[in-house]
Amino acid sequence: MKWGTTAAGLVLFFAMLACAISGDNYLIRMATTFAMYSTLALSWNLIGGFTGYPSFATAAFFGLGAYASGVMELHGFSLLSGVVVAGFVAGFFALALGALVLHLRGHYFAIATLVVADVVREFANNAESLTGGGMGLNVPLRHGSPHSQALFYLLAMSLCAIVAIFAAKGVFKSRLGFGLRCIAQNEAAAASIGVNARAYKTAAFALSGVFPALAGAVYASWVTYIDPTDVFDVLLTIKPIVMVLIGGSSIWFGPIVGAFVFIVLEEFVWRHLLNFHTGSLGILIALLIVFLPGGLRSLIHPHNVFQRLRRARP
Amino acid sequence: MLFLQVMADGLLLGGLYASIAAGFSLVWGVLNIINLMHGSFIVLGAYLAYFANQRYGINPFLFFPVAGAALFVIGFVIQRLVLNRVIGKTVLITLTLTFGLDLVLSDLMLQAFGADYRKLVLHPSLGLLDLHLVVIPLDRLFATAASLAATCLLWILLRSTRLGRAIVAVRMDAGAASLMGVRAEAVYAVTFGIAAAMAGLSGSLLAAIFPISPLMSGAYLAKSFVICVLGGLGSVPGVIVAGLLLGMIESISSIVVGPNFSTTISFVLLLSLLFFRPNGLFGRRGFE
Repeated sequence: MKWGTTAAGLVLFFAMLACAISGDNYLIRMATTFAMYSTLALSWNLIGGFTGYPSFATAAFFGLGAYASGVMELHGFSLLSGVVVAGFVAGFFALALGALVLHLRGHYFAIATLVVADVVREFANNAESLTGGGMGLNVPLRHGSPHSQALFYLLAMSLCAIVAIFAAKGVFKSRLGFGLRCIAQNEAAAASIGVNARAYKTAAFALSGVFPALAGAVYASWVTYIDPTDVFDVLLTIKPIVMVLIGGSSIWFGPIVGAFVFIVLEEFVWRHLLNFHTGSLGILIALLIVFLPGGLRSLIHPHNVFQRLRRARP
Repeated sequence: MLFLQVMADGLLLGGLYASIAAGFSLVWGVLNIINLMHGSFIVLGAYLAYFANQRYGINPFLFFPVAGAALFVIGFVIQRLVLNRVIGKTVLITLTLTFGLDLVLSDLMLQAFGADYRKLVLHPSLGLLDLHLVVIPLDRLFATAASLAATCLLWILLRSTRLGRAIVAVRMDAGAASLMGVRAEAVYAVTFGIAAAMAGLSGSLLAAIFPISPLMSGAYLAKSFVICVLGGLGSVPGVIVAGLLLGMIESISSIVVGPNFSTTISFVLLLSLLFFRPNGLFGRRGFE
């Protein structure tokens, strides 16, 4: 298993490298998007997968990061400082938010986090002097040819993904990860054996806020124009969840697999269904949850899938 | 004068909110599913009323039970085909599934109806009721009365029919209800159908008053959330009181801070409720 993971990682790395040196800007763009999706899915998995808290706040963190960095860059700061500040802003925001909502369970937690993205979006819409409001924000263009820019953003986004990978792997193998998995199974029991549930899940939630903000910061600079409906889009919340559902949540690299499958589907299926793009995403979600509730791993035992086809209820 | 008018507007709006949120609350309470399609069901009901009026000249105040019946069928089928497979699964699964289904539904509506806002215009217009102190538009009064009547009917159904008692029994304990001979799966499907019907008929009533567009579904869903948390889970009287309360709050706040902030205010209300009183204002325990 260990070697399999390493080999898969190497294949992925060389595939990304091949995209980079192929010189094809379309491939580079896809690789950049893949790195972004991996970052989002890995960080969602920290709270949603390991801890079992259904967070719907990814878009809030992403948008917050995009705006923090975008505003910084607009005032003459470098992208790097923008990214760092974005990470801190979203991290502290997640920490404060976690202190407020992590005592809620189940549906209530899900709704509270879902609503937060809307509240932050409303704020971005109304704070016109800072964010440009609904008119959006033009982030300064980088110098250099389109090709060198594409390579630069691939590198930047890949760095975000790598940071997220190390964080996910580190958390998974550490005491924190063990505690989080205990909380996911039974929070009261976890607390009774000495897991500081409150501190652990707040830490996981804060971490899950930092990396989407990094990706959002790079995204803002990459697309050079952001507006509230774009960077606080609820699809940015739902897509990482779908990726984790595809790739599996119980192991740290599952979300990367999911992100890869997702982007392949997105490129080859939905690009041909431009008029029914979100609808076909919805159909994918329904099919996935009804027929492949364990993600791709249920394909290893295909008879499970056929059984589900026959049975109305599990 | 102004104060009375604001109160009257708030109550008229709040009465409509009762039927908007009743179905949502019922599904949450009985199936333990947050139905993110609820807003789209409302919009679908509104379009049915719009086209019935446009093509055949049917008055929405006569048409709304028909919209309810149509949505009942749609809801029943969706529950039987899809949602029934995830009963009892985690929040993440059920919520993501209804989100996906809502993407399909709202994209289909966007294709079919376009994103333009449309307005159903009644001929002749119903006019105003002038009570000297307050002026009440009659179409709003009718819509609110119909909404409250439908919600009360739902309450009577739940309290005093065999079907209603079965629904309440499943809500309390699905396993025990099954042992007593209640077919829980059938109850789930009928409950979801009833909830969709409430959404559809309230949509028809809304169409008589407000402009409609597929883009409105999110706002109605958000209001259902707020009312449901405010009134307590699955409680019909709670929904009526909370609906009226939210109507008043929105009406007053639109005078005090301006109409642009009405969504923000309901969200802030929701978040503070979740923080301070997660079981609703009236302290009924939820099912979490």
